This record gives sequence, C-alpha cells and structure tokens, in this order.
Amino acid sequence: MTAATSARGVPLTPGRSPLVRALSRPELGSVIGAVIIAAFFATQTAEFASSAGIANVLDVTATLGIMAVAVALLMIGGEFDLSAGVLTASTGLVTALLVDQLGVNIWEGIAWSLLFALAVGFLNGILVTRTRLPSFIVTLGTFLALQGINVGVTKHLTDTVQVGGVDEAQGYGAARAVFASTATIGDGQFRVAILWWIGVAVVATLLLIRTKFGNWIFASGGAPTSARSVGVPVGRTKILLFMTTATAAWLVGTISVVRLTSVQANVGLGEEFNYIIAAVIGGCLLTGGAGSAIGASIGALIYGMTQQGIVFAQWDTDWFPLFLGGMLLAAVLINTVVVRRRAEDSPG
Amino acid sequence: MGRGAWLALTAAIALILCGCTAGSRSEDSAGPVVESSRATETPTATPLGDPDRLLTFAVVTHGTAGDSFWDVVKTGAEDAGAADNIEIDYQADPEPGGQAQLIDAATSSQVDGLIVSMPDPDALQESIARAEAAGIPVVTIDAGEERSAEFGALTHVGQSAASVGEGAGVRLREAGVTKLLCVIHEAGNVSLEERCQGAALGLGANPSGGDVEDVMHTMRVNASNIAVTETTIASELRTDPEIDGVLTLNPAVADAAAAAIEAAGSAAMLATFDLNADVFQSIRNGQILFAVDQQQYLQGYLPVVFLALYARNGNVVGGGQPVPTGPRYITVENVDSVEDLASNGTR
Repeated sequence: MTAATSARGVPLTPGRSPLVRALSRPELGSVIGAVIIAAFFATQTAEFASSAGIANVLDVTATLGIMAVAVALLMIGGEFDLSAGVLTASTGLVTALLVDQLGVNIWEGIAWSLLFALAVGFLNGILVTRTRLPSFIVTLGTFLALQGINVGVTKHLTDTVQVGGVDEAQGYGAARAVFASTATIGDGQFRVAILWWIGVAVVATLLLIRTKFGNWIFASGGAPTSARSVGVPVGRTKILLFMTTATAAWLVGTISVVRLTSVQANVGLGEEFNYIIAAVIGGCLLTGGAGSAIGASIGALIYGMTQQGIVFAQWDTDWFPLFLGGMLLAAVLINTVVVRRRAEDSPG
Repeated sequence: MGRGAWLALTAAIALILCGCTAGSRSEDSAGPVVESSRATETPTATPLGDPDRLLTFAVVTHGTAGDSFWDVVKTGAEDAGAADNIEIDYQADPEPGGQAQLIDAATSSQVDGLIVSMPDPDALQESIARAEAAGIPVVTIDAGEERSAEFGALTHVGQSAASVGEGAGVRLREAGVTKLLCVIHEAGNVSLEERCQGAALGLGANPSGGDVEDVMHTMRVNASNIAVTETTIASELRTDPEIDGVLTLNPAVADAAAAAIEAAGSAAMLATFDLNADVFQSIRNGQILFAVDQQQYLQGYLPVVFLALYARNGNVVGGGQPVPTGPRYITVENVDSVEDLASNGTR
C-alpha cells in the first residue's frame, strides 16, 4: 500500500516541503511539458492560441482524453487493454448496423451498443483474472477478434465495408445534441465531447482519491498479493476496470458515429497505443500502482496540442510521430526518476 | 456464423499458415531446387489450352481488411472467378515484407496465375521472379505500372497515378483553383505521392519541380481516425487562407475534408479519388466538385479474365500494354447512374 499512498502525493513523512511533495506527483512532468508546448506553439503561430485553434486542439484532445483516463485507471490497476481502440469502431458499428439494417431508434441502438461494450469488457476481465495470463496477450486476442468481426459482419450484412445513414434514424436530433453538438465561442466551434471528457476526468479523479474503490485500484496494481491478503477483491476490481475502458470506448464510438453519421469497418486500429501513450505521458507507470486521471488528461492535451500545433505552424506533418516518441521517452524517464526518488524517500 | 465472418476467419487462418510456410521455406535449402525441377517438368510458360481446366488464381494486394477500395477489388476478382469457374484466393498485407511472403506462399501452392499490386516494386521483385521461374503467369494491378513489364508481368491493369493526378489537377485549375491542399492518408505509399505531384503539374507547376510549393501543399493524416483527420484539415485551412482547393485520395478522408471546409468557413473546392455513399451525397449537394473513379472493380475483374484467357487460349490483351481502368470522373451530372451500384459493393 506504500506505493498507493505515495502515488497520490500524500506526504510520507510530515514536514516535507511543498516542492518535494509536488515533485513526487505523477502528473508533474506532464504539466511542465504541457505548459512548455503550449507556450512554444503560441509563439510560433497566432492561430494556435486563437479561439478556433483552441477548439481544434480540444476536439482532438477530448475523445483521446476520455479513453486515456479510462486506460489510466486500468493501468493503475496493473493491466492493459489493447482492444480499446478497435472497440470504438465496434460500438459505432453496432449502433449504425442496428439503425441502418433494422431501422431501430438511435437511442435503442446506442443502448445495445453499450451492452455489447460491457460484455466485451467483462470478457476481457474474466479472461485476464481467471487465467492469470498477461492482459497484453488476452486483449491482443480480443483486439484481433473484434477487428475480424468488424469487417466480417459489416461486409456480410451490407456488402460494403461502410455503414451510413445514421442521420436518418429516429431520435438522431436528440442524440446529436447530446453527443456531437457544438458551441461557437469567438470563431471557434467547441464540441460537446469536451464536456464529456472533463466530466469523465472529474469522476475518475474523485473515484481514485475519495472512494474505497479508488484504493482498491491502486492496491490491485501496486501490490496485488498484499492487497489480496488484506481483503481487497482484486479480481472484481480488475473486471470492473476492463468494463470501464469498454464503456469509455462505447462513449467515444458513439460520439464518433453520431458526429460522422457513418462508420468504416477498419477504423480505430492503432488508436489503443495513443491511449496508452497519453496515459504514460501523464505519469502512469507501466508496472501499475501509480498514475492519475488528471495526468492522463494532460497527456491527451499534449498529444492534441502537438498534433494540431504542427499543422498550425505549417511544419511537415511527417515529423509528428518523432515528437510523440521523444515526449513519450522523456515522460518515461521523468517517471522513473520520480519513482526512484520516492523509493529513496520512503522509510520502508 | 455468416458467410462474411467465415471468410474473415478462414482468411485469418490462411494468413497465419501462409506466413509460417513462407518463413520456414526460406530456411529450407531444398526449397528452390524442388521448385526449379517443377518448372522444368511443366513448362507452363506455354499455355495448356484446355478450356475446361479448373484454374486457381491468387490475388495478393497491399490493402488492409475493411478498406473500401480493396474490398471492391476483391469483389471484382471473386465475381470474375465465379463467372468463369476459377477459384480465387485473395490475400492482402499492407507491409511489403508480408506481401512478399504471401506471394511466396502462393508460389508454393502452385497456383495457375498470380495477381499482384505493387506499391513497393523493389520489395516484391524477388518473390515475383520466383513465381515466374515456377511458371506462374503474373498480372500486376493498381500500383507499380512503371516496373510491371520489367518484372516480366503479362500486363498491368490499373491507372497511372501521375497521369490521373495530373488530370485531376487540370480539372481543378479549370474550376479556378490556384492553391491546392493534397491530403495523403498512407505514409510511404509512392502512388499517393505521385497523384499529388501529378495534380501539381496539372495545376500548372513547372515540371522541374521548382514551384510546386506555390500551387500545392501536401499533408499527412491518419485515416484510421476520421474525426482527427477532419480537425487537422480544418486547422490547415484556417492557417493558410490562400488554399482554395482540396484534393483527397480516399473517400473517407473526403467526407472529413467536406466537414472541415464547412467548419473552417473556407470556400475551398473539394475533389477526391474513389467513391463511397457519402461522397455521392456530397457530389449531389455540391460539396464535392468531382470524384476520380478508378473503377477498381475492373482491377479485380479484368486480370482474372486476362489470366484465364492466357491459360486457356494463349491470349495476351494488347500485347502486354498497360490496361487503364480509369479515370472516370463522377460529377453532379452522372452521379445518379453510379450511385445504386455502389451499394452492391462493385463501385
């Protein structure tokens, strides 16, 4: 439980200076990085800090952020979910296929899609906890299975690999208001997904800091054996965490299908790594037991700022992965230093 | 389980098996010897001329599963096979190395003909040579026209990326475009770069390449996240208000670009390569000026017919000259005639 308490920045010995306390917070590196990147692009191009520029950055950040927060919770709990990216396509496809093929109300489609996502998350969780196999392998399996199902089922039902016509469904107007509306502030169109992201981040933070379940998450990832011995239901916690990433994937898939009104069966591939990248840049440890939802959100913000900043600065977008890789390495190095310092400070 | 799901499952299993076979074969020194003896036993370079012979053709492309363009190519090949009593084995791997292994696997299974797309000809040269040494006739499709004859292919079925790009550029210039944004959705795909370069020439850039930047700006996007693609294009349009034309090379990216143009309040004209349902809609309501239809169904269908005619009757269409499948420009005038066909998965 030592890792758990220190990861949340609770001082281990009274009287430590606020600076030392701040340095041991997992999201510290990402906050500094975000400020530097924002300042840098703001000086490079006027577009970046304009209302429209901020709207574009937050548009990219929001859906990535929703996923990064859920993936961060799971990583704190000591597991990975590689199926999360492709599940955003699967959930969108379930909604679109039900609407397009059976003509159901879009809300009904969205509800079935949520059930589907929860089932996938539950399956991931049960497989990982029952078999004790690494979640990397188990969710790689579900990732590939979902990829095949996405294309195979879509092709079988529609003869093409794209499902459209979502905007002709009953209830689409209301769904659009909830999942894909925009608010114009200045000359920027801010998407409602930004509110979803902030909501998810706040709920996840309260969950981690204020609830018993939050303690269970840190304990399950940081020290599963001792956690079990003091009565933490590690298996149940992990299953719930997998269902959480699946629910986040459903939310993002729904936002996407309502916004674009169509889904192509091969989207979402490779996105799962962006979620992990954002969570790690935000201070999540790959070994579990440490990290924060705020950090993951800032990780997503760094991703969004860099991705759009490069466009605004009129640089060649070919270089974006290089920047991302550099930031990922920097984040991992900072995290390692923080962990080492924490270990040195810790009396035990 | 439905037919589609079965296809996906068997394809996945076949892919795994093929990968293993190809891998183990390259370590097996006896492999090539066996192969060359087969080549001398059956000189398949001279067609057998038996009209009733059951043929098996392998189609090896660089498309990803679920890509709308390649899905139509696959349907074209399968339809031609069904019409002509030919078994079609469609395999795809977006990585050149994987594609080479799939060709090797097809060679080992002694197919009667090979249909290959060549986005990276150098990487496939050795595998294609091995197939030809084993007496398997090869037709190249889509990308790789300039190297097709050199590799000894029977013919090439596709459209020259550069000339089609130029054609699109000319049309855009005639519509009044002076500065174009060309959106590339697959990093490292040579033919996409060529389309953009061709478009720049069509817009009036100097062929020596000096002033390409004046008339065209290229950008990379990730087609597996359409929402981000949309935002990125919008950012670009806001940053450079001089851009008055956008050319996308994929229909899903075209949808994103149409939304981006609206979001950015830009007056840029939009044109795209290839079709989907949303592109038809956008052409009809004027958001897309025209779509360059490669008619890729033909890129699947025709090679099967050509190889069958070669195997059964010794025909070589056009003496091996490349056969262009496009471009056909889809505009507001002819969109209605094509739209119904797209929902069948053949356009």
